[in-house]
Amino acid sequence: MTGRTLTVSDLSVTFKVPTGPFTRKPLHAVDRVSFEIAPGETLGLVGESGSGKSTAGQAILQLNKPSSGKIQFGDDDLAQLSKRQMRAMRRNIQVVFQDPYSSLNPSMRILQLLEEPLKLHESLDADVRRERVFETLEMVGLRRSLAERYPHEFSGGQRQRIAIARAIISNPELVICDEPVSALDVSTQSQIINLMRDIQDKIGTSYLFIGHDLAVVRLMSTRTAVMYLGQIVETGPSAEVYERPTHPYTAALNSAIPVPDPELQRSRQRIVLSGDQPSPLDPPSGCRFRTRCPFAMEICAEVEPPDFPIPGGGVSRCHLHVEGPKLGGESVMQLIGKQDAL
Amino acid sequence: MNDSNETVTAPMLSVKSLSVAFKSSHGLLTVVNDVSFDVPRNSVMALVGESGSGKSVTALGVAGLVPYVGGVVTGGEVLFDGSDLLKMRASEVNAIRGRDIGFIFQDPMSSLNPAFKVGEQIAEVVRRHRKVTRKQAWARAVEMLDRVGIASAATRANEYPHLFSGGMRQRVMIALALACDPALLIADEPTTALDVTVQARVLEILKDLQSINGMSVLFITHDLGVVADIADDVTVLYAAEVVEQASVRELFASPSHPYSAALLDTMPQVALATGKPVASIPGIVAQAHAWPDGCRFNPRCAHSVDGPCTTDAIELQSVGTGLSRCVRAHELREQLSKSGLQGGKSS
Repeated sequence: MTGRTLTVSDLSVTFKVPTGPFTRKPLHAVDRVSFEIAPGETLGLVGESGSGKSTAGQAILQLNKPSSGKIQFGDDDLAQLSKRQMRAMRRNIQVVFQDPYSSLNPSMRILQLLEEPLKLHESLDADVRRERVFETLEMVGLRRSLAERYPHEFSGGQRQRIAIARAIISNPELVICDEPVSALDVSTQSQIINLMRDIQDKIGTSYLFIGHDLAVVRLMSTRTAVMYLGQIVETGPSAEVYERPTHPYTAALNSAIPVPDPELQRSRQRIVLSGDQPSPLDPPSGCRFRTRCPFAMEICAEVEPPDFPIPGGGVSRCHLHVEGPKLGGESVMQLIGKQDAL
Repeated sequence: MNDSNETVTAPMLSVKSLSVAFKSSHGLLTVVNDVSFDVPRNSVMALVGESGSGKSVTALGVAGLVPYVGGVVTGGEVLFDGSDLLKMRASEVNAIRGRDIGFIFQDPMSSLNPAFKVGEQIAEVVRRHRKVTRKQAWARAVEMLDRVGIASAATRANEYPHLFSGGMRQRVMIALALACDPALLIADEPTTALDVTVQARVLEILKDLQSINGMSVLFITHDLGVVADIADDVTVLYAAEVVEQASVRELFASPSHPYSAALLDTMPQVALATGKPVASIPGIVAQAHAWPDGCRFNPRCAHSVDGPCTTDAIELQSVGTGLSRCVRAHELREQLSKSGLQGGKSS
């Protein structure tokens, strides 16, 4: 199967939020975001709650109308498609949500749940269709006899397997995975991670993997984009972003993940962010991260940082690479050492 | 003299053979079975387990709150500073709760009353347990908000909870729990609902206040990363039972139960640091109405052998300086210590 490339350029999603009885204010949940997902590739989109990562995923599915920007999928601009055309397109772009307890209809048997996408998108004989359901169930590691059961009879991890089965049964080219393992127990979380990677190897689908845990996103994705307050602040190959973060926010996210080694965890140098995330209704001028950034300079309040190309193939939006210490693509972590030396 | 010496060195909290059951359509289900652990003075004990392991019910048991959620304590003792909370009258326990024992729960969104100012809610606890004026109680509330890092605490104390973000509400909960300088803090998954950066901050604050006040903490979590950050000792629960007890260093360096070892290996951080593929534990967590025969972990265990692991219930035994509920703990010792980050580094 030859898939299509998803190219998102300058995507913005704006909500009008009531601020008083008669006043409304625009909230830029996603602000001029661009990224690309090649066939068979996984792009990780990582950020904290309120960063706009889920809204960006929903905009691709047209569950939220983009206010501007392009979502090019092969030859089609998804933002320009009619409702009917978009419905047909959903065969190729599927979704797995975070909460497996609310994303499966409790009154439908597993067989019905999994048949639904096939009924909508393909005209198959009932026998063939059932066989496809059984095959897909086995692919996600569930016995075919379970098809007659209802969602409440399954654990969280099993339900997430069913949600994945429903997403892949129509052979999609792209699956939007919105925090698919965040609600699961630790022992089942890694089962689902491995399953999703196996499926990708088998059917060659691409993933947009949305998550808040940088370590999980790193495991799943070839490239990673980091979002803060509606904007992408750093993108690059996952290994680079994880091991040599060039944006202070990425470095902070990284050092917030505890290392499972008591001695190391208690002795290592970390960036602990002070202050709280500013309201997206009234984002800071210049660089949006400057109010919590330990390295903020004067220019950060005045000028929005430009895209700075990083040698490993990534992009970082931080003045540190062009002004002040001029990191020039080096990891921001070395600044901590410098600060201590002063 | 001898007597007072003993109370100083005795653990702050000592849970002995606690069992809790719930009535259900399957009959009386024991969800906490014969659980024992100590929380020494000025130290942090982490209670680790997945959903259904009984960790939260254990916390409710310690707090004497089991009857309020429809359960029954079927046995055991909860010795707080030497006296059994389970044998006390309700009024006596009520006096201790909030004053000598503070609580933080997982969900900061539902733990605060939306109809009262944040400052009032903290001041109320202070006035309930200490002989102070309204003014003094309010000053204490502002002081506590300041100590947990709420900026312009005096103004924020006058605001209602809906104006606070999740991370700030959890810090308010910490301020509330610590307002009376409790000797023991019970924190049930206090950072689970928070973003990682906020979690890092809340843990820093908790660690600081713990060392300043010298209090004891019972910290309940499913996240071994958090355990590595905050705990002195660890009790691992699986299927209502203690499966391993050890110091935090020993647990991470050489786990003595296959379940703890497997949990360490499932952490994405371990897979990334060691370059090993991410490990998973097959199957699902055992259910209270159908505990497996023999070792309750045996259907999911990579080291299970027919017979010793599958017939009789397994007793806790000493391994190193800790305890393990695994019949093969001694012979598996070397193999299990290759788990987690430590194993990755040494090999």
